[in-house]
Amino acid sequence: MYQLIVFLPLAGFLAAGLFPKSLGVKGSEYITTGFLIISAILSWIAFFTHAFSGAEVQQIDVLRWINSGSLDINWSFRIDTLTVVMLVVVNTVSSLVHVYSIGYMHHDPHRPRFFAYLSLFTFAMLMLVTSDNLLQMFFGWEGVGLASYLLIGFWYKKPSANAAAIKAFIVNRVGDFGFILGIFGVYVLFNSIELSTIFANAADFRHVEEGAAAAEAPETVLNFLGYHLDRTDALTVVCLLLFMGAMGKSAQFLLHTWLPDAMEGPTPVSALIHAATMVTAGVFLVARMSPLYEYAPTALVIVTIFGAVTAFFAATVGLVQNDIKRVIAYSTCSQLGYMFVALGVGAYGAAIFHLFTHAFFKALLFLGAGAVIHAVSDEQDMRRMGGLRRHIPITYWMMIIGTVALTGLGIPGTYIGTAGFFSKDAIIESAFAATNPAATMAFTMLVVAALFTSFYSWRLIFMTFHGKPRASAEVMSHVHESPNVMLVPLYILAAGALVVGVIFYGSFLGHDTQGHHEGWYNAFWRTALFAGPGNEILDKFHYVPLWVKWSPFVMMAIGFFTAYVFYIRNPRLPKQLAASQPVLYAFLLNKWYFDEIYDFLFVRPTKRIAKFLWIRGDGWLIDGFGPDGVSARVLDMTNRVVKLQSGYIYHYAFAMLIGVAALITWAMFGGI
Amino acid sequence: MSEWPLLSVVTFVPAFGALIILFMSDSDETSRRNIRNVTLFVTLLNFVLSLGIWWSFDNSVAGFQMVEKVPWIGNFMSYHLGVDGISMLFIILTTFLMPFCILASWDSVQDRVREYMVAFLILETTMIGVFCALDLVMFYIFFEAGLIPMFLIIGVWGGKRRVYASFKFFLYTLLGSVLMLLAMMAMYWHAGTTDIVELLNHSFPASMQTWLWLAFFASFAVKMPMWPVHTWLPDAHVEAPTAGSVVLAAILLKMGGYGFLRFSLPMFPLASADFAPLVFTLSVVAIIYTSLVALAQTDIKKLIAYSSVAHMGFVTMGIFAANVYGIEGAIYQMLSHGLVSGALFLCVGVVYDRMHTREIAAYGGLVNRMPHYAVVFMVFTMANVGLPGTSGFVGEFLTLLGIFQVNTWVALFAATGVVLSAAYALWLYRRVIFGTLDKESLKSILDLNTREKAILYPLVVLVIFFGVYPAPIFDVMSASVDQLINNYQAAIEAGSQTAEAVMEKQG
Repeated sequence: MYQLIVFLPLAGFLAAGLFPKSLGVKGSEYITTGFLIISAILSWIAFFTHAFSGAEVQQIDVLRWINSGSLDINWSFRIDTLTVVMLVVVNTVSSLVHVYSIGYMHHDPHRPRFFAYLSLFTFAMLMLVTSDNLLQMFFGWEGVGLASYLLIGFWYKKPSANAAAIKAFIVNRVGDFGFILGIFGVYVLFNSIELSTIFANAADFRHVEEGAAAAEAPETVLNFLGYHLDRTDALTVVCLLLFMGAMGKSAQFLLHTWLPDAMEGPTPVSALIHAATMVTAGVFLVARMSPLYEYAPTALVIVTIFGAVTAFFAATVGLVQNDIKRVIAYSTCSQLGYMFVALGVGAYGAAIFHLFTHAFFKALLFLGAGAVIHAVSDEQDMRRMGGLRRHIPITYWMMIIGTVALTGLGIPGTYIGTAGFFSKDAIIESAFAATNPAATMAFTMLVVAALFTSFYSWRLIFMTFHGKPRASAEVMSHVHESPNVMLVPLYILAAGALVVGVIFYGSFLGHDTQGHHEGWYNAFWRTALFAGPGNEILDKFHYVPLWVKWSPFVMMAIGFFTAYVFYIRNPRLPKQLAASQPVLYAFLLNKWYFDEIYDFLFVRPTKRIAKFLWIRGDGWLIDGFGPDGVSARVLDMTNRVVKLQSGYIYHYAFAMLIGVAALITWAMFGGI
Repeated sequence: MSEWPLLSVVTFVPAFGALIILFMSDSDETSRRNIRNVTLFVTLLNFVLSLGIWWSFDNSVAGFQMVEKVPWIGNFMSYHLGVDGISMLFIILTTFLMPFCILASWDSVQDRVREYMVAFLILETTMIGVFCALDLVMFYIFFEAGLIPMFLIIGVWGGKRRVYASFKFFLYTLLGSVLMLLAMMAMYWHAGTTDIVELLNHSFPASMQTWLWLAFFASFAVKMPMWPVHTWLPDAHVEAPTAGSVVLAAILLKMGGYGFLRFSLPMFPLASADFAPLVFTLSVVAIIYTSLVALAQTDIKKLIAYSSVAHMGFVTMGIFAANVYGIEGAIYQMLSHGLVSGALFLCVGVVYDRMHTREIAAYGGLVNRMPHYAVVFMVFTMANVGLPGTSGFVGEFLTLLGIFQVNTWVALFAATGVVLSAAYALWLYRRVIFGTLDKESLKSILDLNTREKAILYPLVVLVIFFGVYPAPIFDVMSASVDQLINNYQAAIEAGSQTAEAVMEKQG
């Protein structure tokens, strides 16, 4: 069954990619979409049969891959609760996006290619989440990067799309640079990159108490860049390297710049890749490696800091963006920051729970935004929208559902609320309850970010759907509700955004002591996630003070009312505020000037150095003093020698005379 | 079957074919077509024959197989051929690529067809000879003889600056070889034999190893090419005809790496260990430096040529990491690079045949008219970038893993190649393939024809196949590589013991 789940999308990709002509456009669409729907149904079956039955971790070998020396890597699947959760997320969203795209892309002449790419992406993502070793994970990791590159640049005639595609690939590669070094580090430490072996031996790296450590000198296990690292430090370094990969893929602070630009791709792509699945791969990686991270507390602190900064930073930028997709993109970036904070404070279950719920409501928001864009003739600037509520009421309500789920509407202390209410609040509460040194800072930043989240989300709704229409009359006359093929996926996602929180809260985050032993997370996750001996976050976050539980709610309410005042009651206010704070406004509007700084620091110097090395290095230095120089000198010499052959007897006689004189001189003085 | 001298046959079938063609006329179009057909037939036949080598190859044997040994010039040297897990696959690679080269020259070479084909067939003989020669003198002859047809191919059928490029190529490589010849003589005087199998078991004194290693290094480093003796390569590639570039990148460059594995590492282990840091430095410089230079190129072929230098940096680094991952990775990287760079040059040839320019700026938006070409080029670009799932990744990963265990600094710097290669390759792809097609000259360009599909599609399949299932390759080489490493480690250990003994005596 798992083979089917993973390889059906591949089959769809191959069919639509290799035989677009014979299948026809409709054929390609139906085959890829049909395969994906089957995969999705099977994933849900796998989810319920595996996660709720208490089944053991399953390992399925498929094929040999790289065997060199003691390195023995196979293509194989590891099936545990984390895997099946990811299968459900990936395949559900992907199949809905496939269906939605049939409607959304129906003008496009290259639909077979589009669907082939979507299926290729899904396949790579499934390889990533089912992987049994780090290298296969890297395969999926790069595979989704490739698919993302192809899909961002899908409209290859647009220079901006091409630039965004390359940027996404290269920034991701910067992260991969860390990831691959991390894999090497793992191999040195564990002599294997197979997950089961790593997890079995991770406990050896437990930090030894001071007294015991003093008895024996710390043993060097990894020699990294001249530092002799003992076990704990080595593990920290490895975890940080892996985290670098996660930062690239999940668009964390410093490596986030590609994500907003990635919005150049078609909107279904943004929903699938840049909201629900691919960008969460980093979260998945850290959660997957939780047995390692648990023994590297320093690495976890850094994860927390990056997560918190990203959540805050992206939310601030989201406040002022005018492109509807970019607002949602920054929101995604910010929510990913939340997930990393959860990972950093050791609340892996909360992180994956947020990943799970976020997939539903963020995909909903993106697909809803796609429906809006579709309705207003491909306009993306919210300043030229407004007043769409009456024209496209279904889309409007879908967007409202997405927004309340994202902002986390619910009644604290009860089990009434949207999906985001359960997962996001769990993260904020975990951050409060955590003992991690960065936790307090993270808690503060997350609460503030919750305020911003609420503000920009409602701002989006108000600017798009309320007020007077700002689009031209011509555009407004064309505004229409989307066809059913696009709306049905929205309904399904909306249902998910409303209820998955309350349904699965108990399983994902339930705290039960039954059957508890070391390495046991809870009855749902079992050993798929790992909490170290000192990690009681899963227990403690249930008992935080009431004001902590209420704080995100209050922030959400403030954000809502501010947005209401700004964009409904007094629409002139935003402009006045922007005018009164020009520096801050420009700073936020230009995304903290990251693109400009990177351009100045990396892009331009690289180009200059490249040119310099080519012209001066290869051309002037190596060739000039090497072959060209030598041959030029040889020519010079021969020319001079030629000049000596003047043909005059007295020239030769004179030369001979000097020679004789020199010989005699030498014989007189040197010879004695 | 064992009585059948398969290696000799595979080596000399192309030369025999060349002899036949020499007596054919190429006065009119029909006879030229005959020549092409005969050449293609010979190369295909030779490929099929060479598969016999793989078929009868025993993966479990570490030493040389299918050995043919006949005394030749007195007791000085013998005619001695054989293959092991390191060399066998290079022979297959050579015979496999030759038919593609002939096909790639089908329409683009119109004058002196006969001489062109003769040059290629002779070249094939010498290349196969290099990989299966087990006698120093034979190795040297094949190694050097290969220069002549290549020199002619560039110099006669090349581009505008072909004379400059061919001389640069010839002088660079010859200069290195002269030193190697001296070293070979020294080895003969010391060991009393030119037999490679015996030399592999002979241990040279440490001080002598240093000089011998340096002399061989001069030759192989140029061939490889390593920084800073790489500047002949971009010129040679740019000026060579497409098939010439393919052979150059896919096979001739591999002779350097093969030489390191056959001579430097096993015969001069102590010197190899001493000089490893030098090789690492040069490799890292090659990876970063040439990747950056590739970024600045305006000529498609030159860009690919520079990326070849960068990839060869991974190979040298892996070889001198001297552990199983490094060496197997290096061999794999060489084989994969043979396919990928060869294919990339074939891709360039496709558009060059249509437009007669290699300037990147002359292209743009090709995907609009050439969708099949765009897909093929994308696959090879990704293989060049080292995307997992393509053959390019396996070698890169293993060499980096090997070096990480030896020196993390080197691994760190070499891994930046991961980012840089993506930068130059994707940028090239974007400028050539993507965008709108608004150049007047490109408006009527045609997509791949059947011949070009027949050349490129099999390569696409192989590049992906060996990225997903590289096991057959590793099975072939593992026994030989293990033996190489064991001998190497033993020699290093023995060397340090003697050094200690000397110290004790003095102390």
